[in-house]
Amino acid sequence: MSAFSLEGGSVLAVRGPWTLAQAAALSAPLEELLLRTRPRALILQADQLSALDTAGALVILRALERAGVALQAVEYRGMRDADRALLELVAERREHEAAADAVEVGLRALVERTGAATLSIARQTRELLGFVGLVLVTLAQVLIGRRRLRLTATVHHMEQTGLDAVPIVALLTFLVGAVVAFLGATVLADFGASIFTVELVAYSFLREFGVLLTAILLAGRSGSAFTAQIGSMKAREELDAIRTLGLDAIELLVIPRLLALLVMLPALTFIAMLMGILGGGVVGVLVLDISPGMYLTRLNEMTEIRHFWVGMIKAPVFAFLVAIVGCLEGFKVEGSAESVGRHTTSSVVQAIFLVILFDALFAIFFMEIGL
Amino acid sequence: MSGERDPIIRVRALRNVFGTQVVHDGLELEVRKGEVLGVIGGSGAGKSVLLRSIVGLKHPDGGSIEVFGEDVTHLSDEQRRPFERRYGVMFQDGALFSSLTVLENVKVPLLEYYDLPQPLLDDLALLKIRLTGLPTDAAHKYPAQLSGGMRKRAGLARALALDPELLFLDEPTSGLDPIGAARFDELIRTLSNALHLTVFLVTHDLDSLYAICDRVAVLADGRMIVTDRVEAVERHDHPWIRDCFRGPRARGARGAEPTPHPA
Repeated sequence: MSAFSLEGGSVLAVRGPWTLAQAAALSAPLEELLLRTRPRALILQADQLSALDTAGALVILRALERAGVALQAVEYRGMRDADRALLELVAERREHEAAADAVEVGLRALVERTGAATLSIARQTRELLGFVGLVLVTLAQVLIGRRRLRLTATVHHMEQTGLDAVPIVALLTFLVGAVVAFLGATVLADFGASIFTVELVAYSFLREFGVLLTAILLAGRSGSAFTAQIGSMKAREELDAIRTLGLDAIELLVIPRLLALLVMLPALTFIAMLMGILGGGVVGVLVLDISPGMYLTRLNEMTEIRHFWVGMIKAPVFAFLVAIVGCLEGFKVEGSAESVGRHTTSSVVQAIFLVILFDALFAIFFMEIGL
Repeated sequence: MSGERDPIIRVRALRNVFGTQVVHDGLELEVRKGEVLGVIGGSGAGKSVLLRSIVGLKHPDGGSIEVFGEDVTHLSDEQRRPFERRYGVMFQDGALFSSLTVLENVKVPLLEYYDLPQPLLDDLALLKIRLTGLPTDAAHKYPAQLSGGMRKRAGLARALALDPELLFLDEPTSGLDPIGAARFDELIRTLSNALHLTVFLVTHDLDSLYAICDRVAVLADGRMIVTDRVEAVERHDHPWIRDCFRGPRARGARGAEPTPHPA
């Protein structure tokens, strides 16, 4: 006995359970049957219907709709009141349905999305520049004493972003230093110039790797933390509370984080440079037969102090970028926890992008002025 | 039908302990098929813990819980699956997946358990959304774009996705304005009648108790003080019930006309 049959051209008998579990199997054959026979009016014979839920009701209604049978033209026979009420409720709620909106594809959508992305980049740049201005004004006001410097908060952030990051920065740069030395040894040994490994490690760490690695690490470690901290405060309306209490969020939240990074990123860069050179040295001593004394002497004689300054001068700039992007993304969070996650990711990506971009600009600049 | 009054949930000697704090001790409760049971109690009385114990989110420290006539107290997550399909849970703030639209949220359980053709799936998910009184255009919005009341309705739509026999509601009217709360009560009543639902309702809204509950269970001191029709419960002389039902906030609720329903 199948779940439904059409008798005498106008009596649709339904049997057994018509629920979600059967819906998939019943939907197509029923529609097909009604489309084929196209009854004008219908009697729904339901005395053997054992269970009906919204899915079952929907299957029946969809089939009637497609076959062009109006529900008003349907006569019920042997249907329980409860099932009939359910059928009518489902029919009533479906009436006002608009078609689900289709996702637009094709050239128009492509152009639209390109335009939207371009506008969004322009807006983000303007927001970033506006925020930089706001922070610089507040910073100036702190410096001339018109606003308070939150010393406790600043020291707290110095510990979190600086002191706590020493082990990871030191370990990482030590390893990269060793890798660079290996690389140098492999290439330079062919020319019998292994000793130049010392210069390779020293130049690369003083000028580039020390500050770049530190900035990227802090973008991932502290910039993201800034976004998450400020973002979750924004999501819980704490920033609004700060404003209604007559306090300034920039002064309270941004300036301490910015100052902490401005101090600690150069300090960490210094450690990074030392550890990188140390890592190179260890490889030199163990693998390349360069004695420690030799390594130090060569370092001292062949490496000018200007390389140190070329690296060091970039540190505060990178610190500024990481702190500003981290804080700004935090302020952009809206409402939900998911938004915090999205902006944290965006903060890290943007900070690393800006750090590398500025590093490239610095490289061109120093080359032009011959440093 | 003779089975209409069979218990669909039976909780016996339930005990729940957090550290040294005893939340439930010897809690007994029966929920009958087809009724709307309201569980009320002070903040921290353990209403939500009771709900979480029954739906299997918290393992009880003692006692037994029967759902649909079977002991589910010691079942593994895998063994619970068939039961979980038969009940829907609406959490306090909807607990919608924030990265999905409302429509996609409703589709999650349907996609997980059933292999429906795409047009039918869309139609069914949209129907659930319409059943909870949400406008069609809300279907393509993300939870963050909805108001609190709409999020609750969307949460209800997802709870109804699999056409459950049993519906758990955790404080459905909290955080709603009085009009919105009354509308939500009405919605639960309508749906429970039309879809033949048994409803387990945790609330501290007296209006809901009077408007939609067939029976009310009062949770205090770690157990059910009384489980009865609301008219009988309000005459009970337990101090908490006295304060609750005869306090200044109760007067308005008692005056409200209970919505008539066939039962």
